[in-house]
Amino acid sequence: MENIIEVKQLKKSFGKLQVLKEVNCSFGQGGIVGILGPNASGKTTLIKSILGMVIPDAGEVYFGGKPVARSFDYKKQIGYMPQIGRYPDNMKIGELFKMMKDLRNVHDNLDTDLISAYGLDAMYDKAMRTLSGGTRQKVSAALACLFNPKVLILDEPTAGLDPLAAEILKDKIHAEKAKGKLILITSHILTEVDELADDIMYLFEGNIKFHKPLSALKAEAGEQKLGKALTKILTQNV
Amino acid sequence: MFKIAKYIALDIIKSKVVMAYTLLLMAICISVFLTDADVTKGLVSITTIMLIIVPLVSVVYATTYYFNAAEFTELLVSQPISRKNILLGKYIGISSSILSAFLIGVGVPVLLFAFGSTGIILILTGSLLTLCFISLAFLASVAMRDKAKGIGLALMIWFYCSIIFDGLVLVFLYALSDYPLEKVLIAITAFNPIDLARILVLLQLDIAALMGYTGALFQDFFGSGFGIVFSFGLLMVWFVVPLIISLRVFRKKDL
Repeated sequence: MENIIEVKQLKKSFGKLQVLKEVNCSFGQGGIVGILGPNASGKTTLIKSILGMVIPDAGEVYFGGKPVARSFDYKKQIGYMPQIGRYPDNMKIGELFKMMKDLRNVHDNLDTDLISAYGLDAMYDKAMRTLSGGTRQKVSAALACLFNPKVLILDEPTAGLDPLAAEILKDKIHAEKAKGKLILITSHILTEVDELADDIMYLFEGNIKFHKPLSALKAEAGEQKLGKALTKILTQNV
Repeated sequence: MFKIAKYIALDIIKSKVVMAYTLLLMAICISVFLTDADVTKGLVSITTIMLIIVPLVSVVYATTYYFNAAEFTELLVSQPISRKNILLGKYIGISSSILSAFLIGVGVPVLLFAFGSTGIILILTGSLLTLCFISLAFLASVAMRDKAKGIGLALMIWFYCSIIFDGLVLVFLYALSDYPLEKVLIAITAFNPIDLARILVLLQLDIAALMGYTGALFQDFFGSGFGIVFSFGLLMVWFVVPLIISLRVFRKKDL
C-alpha cells in the first residue's frame, strides 16, 4: 500500500537541544499508530513537523507523495487535536465551529458525531475562556473530526477527559479506523494504546527505537499486555 | 486572508479598547478646536499630540493583540491556510480597526473644523504613521517568542523614534556644529517615521519661517512637490519593509 505520510531524515533542534535526530518513518493508509515515548522524546515535535507548525532544520516530510514544506493544501486532509487546545478567549463554542467552517469554506458533509455525543451543541453560547480543560479537549476532538479528514492526528487525546468522554472518543476512533482512515495517537496511557493501536512507534531521545505491529511486539516479548511487553523489550535493549 | 481579518476586526471591536482610543482622540481634537479660534494653532497642537499618541497606541496595542491572539494563530496554522495569509489577515484586521479609530477620532473633527490641504495632509500622515507602527509592532512580535520581550521591544522602538532619535540628532549637530549640516539633516530625518510625519505637517503651516535657516532649507525641500512625494514615499517604506521582513520571519517560525 502506498504510504500517505513519509518522514525522511528529519532533524530539529531547539537551541542546543536536539529534539529529533534523523527520524525516518512512514505511515500507510488506514490503521491506528500509537506513538509512544517518554516525555521530551520528540513526539509532539514530530507531529508538529508533519503539520508544518514546526519547520525542520533538515529532512523532508511528504504527504501523499508531495513535500509539505511551503505548502498548506494538504492540511485539508488532516484533523489535528492538540495536546492543549487553545482557542480565542472571547469566542463562543458555536462561533468557533462556524468560523472554522467559514475559514475552510466547507459547509457540507460534516461529521458532527462528536458534537452531539458530547452535547456541545447545547453549549454553543459558552465563551471559550469559561470552559474547563476537559470541555476544551472535547471541542478539540470534535473540531479534529469535523471535516471528515483522511488522517487524524491526536496528541494525547484522552488526557483530561472523564472516563465516559474518553470512551466516546475511543469508540469514535474505532469507527474512523473502520472507514479506512489513518490515525496517529500519542499517549502515555498504555492500556488505551493497547486497546486502539495496530502499530506501535517508540521514540526515544529523538530517535525511533522501533516501529512495528502491536502483535509482533507482543509476540517478541512473549507478553499479553503492551505495558509489560514494552518494559521487557526496553530493558533488554539497554 | 480577508476572512481572518474580518474575525480579528470583530474581536477587536468587542474588546472596547479601540473604542476608548477613538473617543480619546476625538475628545482631544474637539477640545483643541473649541478652545482656540485659530485653526492653524489648533492643527499644530493636534499634530504634536498625534505624533506622541498615535505611534504609541498603534505599536503597543498591535503587539499586545498579536501575542494575545497567539492561540488563534496556532489554530490557524494547523488549518489549510498559508502562513502569508495568516499574517496578512492579522495585519489587515488589526490595522483596519486602529486606522478606523484614527480616522473617526482625528479625521472627522479635522475635516469639520479645519477642512483644507493641511488638514488632509495631517490625516494622511497620521494614517501612514499608524500603519508604519503596526508594521514595526509585527516585526517586534515575530522576532520575539515571549510576550513581555515583544512588548518591551515595541516600546523601545517607540522610545527610539520619539525621544532617543531627537537626542542623537542634537548630539550629532552639536559635535559637528562647525560644518554645514542642513542637507545631511534632511537625509537623517529619513531614519525616523515620526520626524518625517512632523516635518510633513508642520511645513504645510507656514511656520517654518520661525525655524531659522534650517527651517527655510527644509521648507525649500519638503515644501516642494518633490519633497512631499519623497517623505510620503519614505513613510510607505517604513510601512512596507517591516511588514515584508516579518512575513519572511513568520514563514520560518516554529509555533
